[in-house]
Amino acid sequence: MTTPTPILRVENLTTSFRTDDGVVTAVDDVSFNVWPGESLAIVGESGCGKTVTSKSVMRLLPEYTSMIAPESKILFGGVDLAHADERTMRSIRGAKIAMIFQEPMTSLNPVFTVGWQLDEALRYHTSLSRKGRRERAIEMLRLVEIPNPEQRVDEYPHQLSGGMRQRVMIAIALCCEPDILVADEPTTALDVTIQAQILHLMEDLKKKLNTAVMLITHDLGVVAQVCDRVIVMYAGRVIEKGTVREIFHSPQHPYTKALLDSIPKAGRREHGKRLPTIEGIVPSLDDLPEGCRFEARCPLAEKRCADEEPDIVPHAFTERPVRCHFPLNQT
Amino acid sequence: MWTYVVRRLLYNVPVYLGIIALMMAMLRVRNPVMMFLGKSATEEQIADLTERIGLARPFFFQYLEFLGQVFTLNFSQESWQQPGKTVGDLLSDAIVPTLWITVPSLIITAGIAIAVGLVSAFFRGRALDKSLVLVATLGMCISYLVYIIFGQYFGAYKLNDALAGEGPFDGKLFAIESWEPGFPGNWIHFCLLPVIINVVVAMGYDTRFYRAVMVEESTRDYITTAKAKGASKRKVMFVHMLKNAMIPIITRVMTTLPFLFVGSVLLESYFNIPGMGRELLTAINELDFPVTQTFTAVFAALFIVTNVLTDVLYALVDPRVRLS
Ligand SMILES: Nc1ncnc2c1ncn2[C@@H]1O[C@H](COP(=O)(O)OP(=O)(O)OP(=O)(O)O)[C@@H](O)[C@H]1O
Ligand code: SF4
Ligand SMILES: [Mg+2]
Repeated sequence: MTTPTPILRVENLTTSFRTDDGVVTAVDDVSFNVWPGESLAIVGESGCGKTVTSKSVMRLLPEYTSMIAPESKILFGGVDLAHADERTMRSIRGAKIAMIFQEPMTSLNPVFTVGWQLDEALRYHTSLSRKGRRERAIEMLRLVEIPNPEQRVDEYPHQLSGGMRQRVMIAIALCCEPDILVADEPTTALDVTIQAQILHLMEDLKKKLNTAVMLITHDLGVVAQVCDRVIVMYAGRVIEKGTVREIFHSPQHPYTKALLDSIPKAGRREHGKRLPTIEGIVPSLDDLPEGCRFEARCPLAEKRCADEEPDIVPHAFTERPVRCHFPLNQT
Repeated sequence: MWTYVVRRLLYNVPVYLGIIALMMAMLRVRNPVMMFLGKSATEEQIADLTERIGLARPFFFQYLEFLGQVFTLNFSQESWQQPGKTVGDLLSDAIVPTLWITVPSLIITAGIAIAVGLVSAFFRGRALDKSLVLVATLGMCISYLVYIIFGQYFGAYKLNDALAGEGPFDGKLFAIESWEPGFPGNWIHFCLLPVIINVVVAMGYDTRFYRAVMVEESTRDYITTAKAKGASKRKVMFVHMLKNAMIPIITRVMTTLPFLFVGSVLLESYFNIPGMGRELLTAINELDFPVTQTFTAVFAALFIVTNVLTDVLYALVDPRVRLS
């Protein structure tokens, strides 16, 4: 038996943007692996760099205003995507790594049929005939549990509901059987019941097709349901990594703990009582503190935190990576 | 689809009937016969003209009769100012030079402006885009008249001096007087300069408009989806973006279509081209009642037809319109 290797290795990813106020670094020295067939969650508050991380992997960031640092590496199938040319990227996007987005209402092109949009991906990445592609398109629609796929394939996006459109997006993403599906808040814009259905579907298909999923979300409830491992991000940095069990049962970083405390507990919700939210706001990227980026909001902050930014290092006991001078569960 | 077209047509019929009623009423606020003939007119002359346009009959009869003429394309009423010529003669004489100028202007302008808009949006925020926008804005700041005057000065006067009687058209490449039919020789001689001026004038506005349309489309989510599927930049631009951009592009082009027929009064006056715009203006100035009334009705019809045509084209490119 060969030792398993990650299919995607992101090493020291640093992505910056040129803006009117100068250069801001939205993702700072982020490293993680994606293993075949696993579900990896990237969580964190709005603006912490989750989308930029995933778009860096797909190289979908604006060409002239974004930069991936030269020392960054995104290793996939022997290629460094961080510095690959457009041609290479095109052969990977949609074929090996596919992506779905938050807004099913606007992610599909309104002037082409569902079938055309599925066909497009198949045209770029497979050698199927026109007829074969159509059959595959219908088969994919059936796979994502769209009723009447033979009829729906010729409909336009505006004829479908939000949940259906997200199913179509999933069908497009998975039609070439990619190794990794990047899902950027795929259920945030949907009703709760539809959310559950879509998550279920993704779980199902992931197992069927053995696709790894990179699920980006700020909903820890979703993470608990469908993911294997979690990366917690804060202000462009990874601050903790672990399995879902580890993160939920023994968070090591004060921020992770604060995030967990803000999840509503099913059944235990007291009416009229507001959820605890994390006090304070995320520091702005063009005015980051010198020390720990969470310092201003951290209940455990001490003098050292303001002066010196912690490295991400293995925890003294658990050996699980955490970026904090005074991590939790030390005793 | 067809029910949609018919519905659009039916909506517009009452609009047109209203326009005609309003226009006819306005032309009769002051007695057109008296205005045309002046104080020194004899009883006989007045009676004759009044009889010829049926002014003595109830307005409603006049209205029905005129509508009948318009819908059967019967333009046989005689011009007051140019006896012996019917309104139809004047229309068919004037439409030719107007179309020779407006059609090439529109096609060239739209073609170049859409291309430049695409290029500009493609290189958004970079030096090429910034210079194009700057040039377009500068171009917009200059008045139509300035282009005409400078165009005539350099394009006709100076150039003719430089040619000094050599070459075709006796060394007068561009005329600024009158118009004669003939292609391509006479077209270059009489129409090319006005067309160039038209294109230059419209270019600034159109380029900026098309650029804005493309830029807006390029930020849409479905563009990211297309890229995430592995579409090339060219495919994204010319398939995904352009088809969506067709909606505002069609509106823009279609709204300028009526002017194809109406022509530019200013340009036709400065170049002494006997086109539709100049003809209508002359008719109004000379109180030529039958010509004014019919020309106005024809122009209004052209507006309505382009309106319907625009709606139909929308339906062709946008499934949300077609299927609703
Ligand atoms: N094109 C861009 N130009 C400049 N700054 C950008 C650009 N895209 C993102 N950013 C900045 O990068 C930071 C991270 O944004 P990102 O979209 O990755 O956040 P996120 O974690 O996905 O948040 P959300 O949960 O709101 O989607 C933000 O502060 C944002 O302002
Ligand atoms: S380093 Fe200090 S401020 Fe930062 S999270 Fe840890 S305890 Fe809090
Ligand atoms: Mg995001």
